[in-house]
Amino acid sequence: MTAYIIRRIIIGMFILILVTMLVFLLVRLLPGDPVMRYMANFTGTGQQNVMTPEQHDAMMVRLGLDRPIPVQYWDWISKIFQGDLGESLGVQQPISKLIADVLPRTAYIGFWMFVVGTFGGLFVGIYCALRRGTWLDNTLTTIANIGMTVPVFWLGILLIYFFSFKLGWFPMYGWVNPWDDFWKSCTYIVLPVASVALGGVAGMARLTRSCMLEVMRTDYVRTAWAKGLRERVIVIRHQLKNAMIPVVTSLGGTLAMILGGSVFIETVFSIPGMGRLMTTAIFDYDYQVVQASALIFGGIVIFSNLAVDIAWGWLDPRIRYG
Amino acid sequence: MPENPVESKPDDAMGAIAAPPRRSEWRRFVRVFFGRKLYLIGFIIVAIIVFTAIFAPLLTSYNPEKNDLPARLQTPNAEHWLGTDQMGRDILCRIIYGTRVSLIIGFSAVFASTIAGTIMGLAAAHYGGWVFAVIMRVADVLMALPAIILMMLIAGMLKGGGIWIVVFALGFGGIAPMCRMMCGQALSVKQNDYVMAARAVGMSNWRIMWTQIFPNAYPPLIVGLTMGIGGVVLGEAGLSFLGIGVQAPTPSWGGMVMDGQRFLLTNPLLSLMPGLAIMLLVFGFNMVGDGVRDAIDPRLRGVI
Repeated sequence: MTAYIIRRIIIGMFILILVTMLVFLLVRLLPGDPVMRYMANFTGTGQQNVMTPEQHDAMMVRLGLDRPIPVQYWDWISKIFQGDLGESLGVQQPISKLIADVLPRTAYIGFWMFVVGTFGGLFVGIYCALRRGTWLDNTLTTIANIGMTVPVFWLGILLIYFFSFKLGWFPMYGWVNPWDDFWKSCTYIVLPVASVALGGVAGMARLTRSCMLEVMRTDYVRTAWAKGLRERVIVIRHQLKNAMIPVVTSLGGTLAMILGGSVFIETVFSIPGMGRLMTTAIFDYDYQVVQASALIFGGIVIFSNLAVDIAWGWLDPRIRYG
Repeated sequence: MPENPVESKPDDAMGAIAAPPRRSEWRRFVRVFFGRKLYLIGFIIVAIIVFTAIFAPLLTSYNPEKNDLPARLQTPNAEHWLGTDQMGRDILCRIIYGTRVSLIIGFSAVFASTIAGTIMGLAAAHYGGWVFAVIMRVADVLMALPAIILMMLIAGMLKGGGIWIVVFALGFGGIAPMCRMMCGQALSVKQNDYVMAARAVGMSNWRIMWTQIFPNAYPPLIVGLTMGIGGVVLGEAGLSFLGIGVQAPTPSWGGMVMDGQRFLLTNPLLSLMPGLAIMLLVFGFNMVGDGVRDAIDPRLRGVI
């Protein structure tokens, strides 16, 4: 087990380092001069040549962009390991401080989206598999099929229209920190969480249902019935445990989907989180912030996949030794 | 972009089953595909959307990109069935022309990522060794970033370009899943005796790859392709919604949702209708994809 965990951690670290390279190279190698673009955007004129060549060169030197790319990369990565993510061009603040401000918000709503999406989906999927062919199964499966296709941002807008504007149950947009005023913050996160969780519930329910149905056809389940076990025991001990293998391995993907969805939802509901930070940075050509936030997103996904792998290696010995 | 966790698993039995006569296979395809109502509905939706895209100018008399400020922000009426946006452009007309943008981007991006992903996946599976290691690690890295973040990164850094930059970003984002799927598929096909036989008669690696492995590994590719279009259209809508995808005045559904959100309380249709169009398109292609999967999956032969 220890060897398995260590192996997983090493692979995870390796991927993380490759992700830093990918992010760095994508930002640097795509055509466009960051200084020119930033200044053009900053002055709002759209003209790229508002600086004299001397000013431009000075700016390049100040940002360290005149050096060869491997040197720049090494500089960037070694600072990251010291906890320094660089400085934002736009707001002139350390990026680590910006991220420390916004990350807890995204993590908080992401947590609820994940919980609602996963457990809701499991519940619906198991129910549908056990009562397959009934009208409720058909309805829920159809809703899940549709739920997979709804654009998150559109669902958010739809929910705002009906539940905030027409019914007035929830605030339209905005954010209250849960550690400031918990109950008030709950009213603010209901709609964002619902908009992203629907897709999660739909995907999870479809997967759970099909896995459960697959397991139901196996010999050991038939044996369990033949032995005369109670239905509850068969479902929980024999079916669910085996059907969960692909479901749990998909959790990493679900988390990535939720993170992606939260980018849109933060825009729709004006929540100042990671997604907003990255979107605004893209608009400002604040390449340092774009780099850093993409890296954070990648890091979260890698670490959660690592956690899923380790948890599952512990639960299912076949994976550990496979 | 929601990823579809329900993937067809690599199938060991796939190549081992002797192919039945072609005609009955096609008949089975038609029977399964058109046999279920949901698949049929999906097919009809896709047909209508393709039709709309091709005959867009015949379906509406308005210009999707021309401003008509005196007529701006109208609610639905006899002249403008769904009303007009903040520039006075007809919403229905922009939705109709938006099908073109969505389909062009959807098809091009999916084809691009399929071609790149297939070549990478086949090469990895066929050559093995360090080729496999390098390609698979690249795929791992591309998959480590949430798809939308990767696309935002590319489209955002190349901002201001036309639809081809969006195609590039979306296509790039789709390479890794395609590559993984193709690689898994090809690895299982490779086990078959006919591949060994081909090697025994002295076929070159390249020829084995394309004449032996690829034809036997492509069924899931078709499913992935159909399903991929829905995903790519969602991705395009998402990027355009964030303002880093297709730029105004080109009509893009995602962009229309974004523009309309400001007028949600007075003109809800402005952002709700284009979203409905996105949903219909994605639903249609997903259902067609499901249908194709059921119809060509050899494991389901005899079951349905």
